[in-house]
Parts: sequence; C-alpha cells; structure tokens
Amino acid sequence: MATQTVNLANAKARRTTVAMKLLMALTGALFVFYVLMHMYGNLKVFAGQESFDSYAHHLRTIGEPILPYAGFLWLFRLLLIGSLVGHAYSAFYLWSRASGARSQRYAVRAAGAAAFRSKAMRWGGVALLAFLVFHLIQFTISKVNFNGDVTAASIGDSPYRLVVASFQLWWVVLIYLVALAALGLHLHHGVWSAAQTLGLTTSPEARTRAKTAAVFIAALVVVGFALPPLAILFGLVE
Amino acid sequence: MKITLEIWRQAGPGTAGKMVTYTQDDVSPDMSFLEMLDVLNEQLQERGEEPVAFDSDCREGICGMCGLVINGQAHGPQVTTTCQLHMRSFKDGDRITIEPWRADAFPVLKDLVVDRSAFDRIIQAGGFISVNTGAAPEAHAAPVQKAKADRAFDAATCIGCGACVAACPNAAAMLFLGAKVTHLGELPQGQPERDARVVKMLTQHDHEGFGGCTNVGACADACPKEIPLDVISQLNTDLRRSMARGN
Repeated sequence: MATQTVNLANAKARRTTVAMKLLMALTGALFVFYVLMHMYGNLKVFAGQESFDSYAHHLRTIGEPILPYAGFLWLFRLLLIGSLVGHAYSAFYLWSRASGARSQRYAVRAAGAAAFRSKAMRWGGVALLAFLVFHLIQFTISKVNFNGDVTAASIGDSPYRLVVASFQLWWVVLIYLVALAALGLHLHHGVWSAAQTLGLTTSPEARTRAKTAAVFIAALVVVGFALPPLAILFGLVE
Repeated sequence: MKITLEIWRQAGPGTAGKMVTYTQDDVSPDMSFLEMLDVLNEQLQERGEEPVAFDSDCREGICGMCGLVINGQAHGPQVTTTCQLHMRSFKDGDRITIEPWRADAFPVLKDLVVDRSAFDRIIQAGGFISVNTGAAPEAHAAPVQKAKADRAFDAATCIGCGACVAACPNAAAMLFLGAKVTHLGELPQGQPERDARVVKMLTQHDHEGFGGCTNVGACADACPKEIPLDVISQLNTDLRRSMARGN
C-alpha cells in the first residue's frame, strides 16, 4: 500500500478528459473518411457534367427501395451532425479546461511548434466551423449562385453548372483555398492526434507511421480539393 | 560572464508577484545554474534583501526537486534538470528570465517554489502496487520479457519533476501519468490493479485542475529523462480498455 491512498470509489473512465479525447478522435476519424469520399466525388467534375450530376443524384437513391428517396443521405447527415456536435463539444470542453489550468501566464514563452499547433488546431477548427456554415448555405441549403454572368435558368437544377459558375469567381476560390489551408493544418495534427488518442502509437515506429500518414492524408486532401476549383478558375473545366 | 537576470518574485501563496531584474557581473561558465543563483542569494543577503526562494535537493539530476522555467523552457536549453544545467550554456551578456512552473495545480508557494503535492495525490490515487510486506519473493519467480522490462524501466526513469506540466500549453500532466501507467502496466506485478489504476489516476489528475492533452509533444521535448510521447498513447489505450471492461 502507498502510505496514504485517495478514495476514488466513484471514479468512472467515461468521465475523464481522456474519454473526451476518445470522443474527439472517433468523430474526427469519421470526418476524415467523409472528407476523402467528398473529395472523390468532387473530382468527378473532371469527368464531365453527366458523370458529376448523376453522382449527385445517386447519393440520394442509395438504399432504395428499402430506404425512401434521400433516406441514406439523411441518415448519414444525421450521423455527421451528431459527430460535429460531439467533436466541437469535446474541443470546447478541453479548450476551456486548458484556459483554466494556467491562469498566470508565462512572461516569456519559447517560440515552439507545440504552441503553434495548439493554436492552429483550435482557431483553425473555429475557422472551419465558420466555413462549413458558408459552404452549406452556398451548395446545400440555399444553392446560392454568386456569379452574375450566369443566369439561374442556365444552371437549372444541375449541381455541376452551379459548381462551375461559383468557382469562375476568384474570390470564391480564394475563400476555399484559405479553408483548405485550415483543413490541411487541422488534418496534419488531427490524424496523428487521433492515432495517439486511440492508442495506435505505443512504439517509436508506430509514431513515425502515424505522423507520415497524417502528412500524406493532409496533402492528399488539400491537393484533391484544390484541383477542381483551380481547374474551373483557369478555364480547364467549363 | 556578465548576465542579466529577470526573476519572478512572489512573497507568498495567492499574493501578486512580478519580474525583478538583477545583474551578475562575475559568472563563471563552469558554475551550475543553481550555484549562480546561490551566489546571487549571498549578495542579496549581504545587502539585507530577501533571497530568491527556489527548490533543489540532490543536485545530481535524479530527485526531481529542482525545476525552473528558463527563457520560456522548462529546465532551460539543455535536456537535463535545472541543477545539471551549467552557465556555459549561456553567452556573456545574456538576459535570462527565470519563472516558476506555471500551472494552477502547482500553486506558487514563494518566488520560484511551487507546491507539487498534486503529483503525490495522483500517485496515492493509483500509482502503486499492493503487495504484502515481509519476506521478499525470489526476483526471478515472475519472468518478464526483455522488451517489456526495458520499456518499464525507461518509463520508471520519470522523477516527477513536473517539467511536462510546465511545458504543456494545456498544463496537463499526461506524460507523468503515462510514465507511471506504462511503468507499472508493463510488469506482472502491476496487472491486478491495472484497469482501476488508470481510471483513478486520471480522475485525480482531472480533479487537481490539470488541463487535457492535445498531443502536441511539448512535454516529451522538455522531459529531462527523455520519456517518449508513446507512454501517453499507452495511457489512452489503458483507459479505453478499462472503459470497455465497464470501469
């Protein structure tokens, strides 16, 4: 026995900060899967209007006739919304705990990569949340066309034409590139961090593998998502 | 060497402190950092001023008692404890800021001395194994794989100095926790209490007001004993397994 022990009869694993991080890691892993699928769908823009539009339509007919029209899509959306709530809740919980854990700041802070990653993760996450609202309004909820040169009639209900009209504007592309930079940084730390939280990195080799995977996924996502808007902006896709 | 020091002075717990500047004109590069502070304190005493309070004990880098944040780095620029840091790590004319570990779970007692008994309570919550005292069992009775013995030993080099907390942007003590959980969890003697240990130690850690881990790795960079970040992954694994078993 230790000379004196603390009585923690009611201690529960699910009430610890590590359980919070598990929630963040698992929901984050779902987002990584989703983002990769989303990127794959976006790249269909290079296969032409018919391919892109029929892909968008098929997303709504997956699971038919067992599920109603757009049934699978809505189930998946509900899962994503639930995950987003869990991801953001654990993030803000841990953020507020961290702010309360050091009320007297250091006078001098060694300019470390660690502090930058911490800030990039939190403020980058907030930026991504703001971008998500804009992105959903633009392409999902209101389907807004900012391009005055393209009429609503010519777009009709074609997602392809809306995407092409949108990314012919330099400032829309710029917003997306900034958001991609935030997403890249978020994934660069997040993928590695999720591996660490899920306990996949208990040896130096595994740690190196997880860090490499994080860089690879972050780079893949940035390039994969940046290609369609840039191709449209420079007139390679019309 | 001529050195300008900016040192955190605080009269007592809960009182406001501030950085105070001192100059040292005749510092030898062979002095240890703490000897340099000893000399400063002698001068302060001669002038009738209050000496700077700081912790130290063995001055051999093994007890974990000393710990100062020097120029924003826990234990200063070398991978060692403050007592094993020497003035040759600095240049003539340098300005050096010295602050205590900053974490609400480690309240400042005076100047650079902090109360680290939060670590003691975390150990008391589960950082032990229960054995009957008396006749020691034969050491080879419980075989341990070489790799596990090595990993346990590496984790056991943690001296509980608190540099991980001082360096962490969240003031979390996960490297300390991970070291203890890995050290005991790799060995047969640590198995009976393994599932309960991780939950109890983490609960006490959170209760003490330390922050949560964001896997940035500042702790492992600051650790004078070079405890690797993978002990935190082990901690996370143990917690997940314990949760799956209904704890």
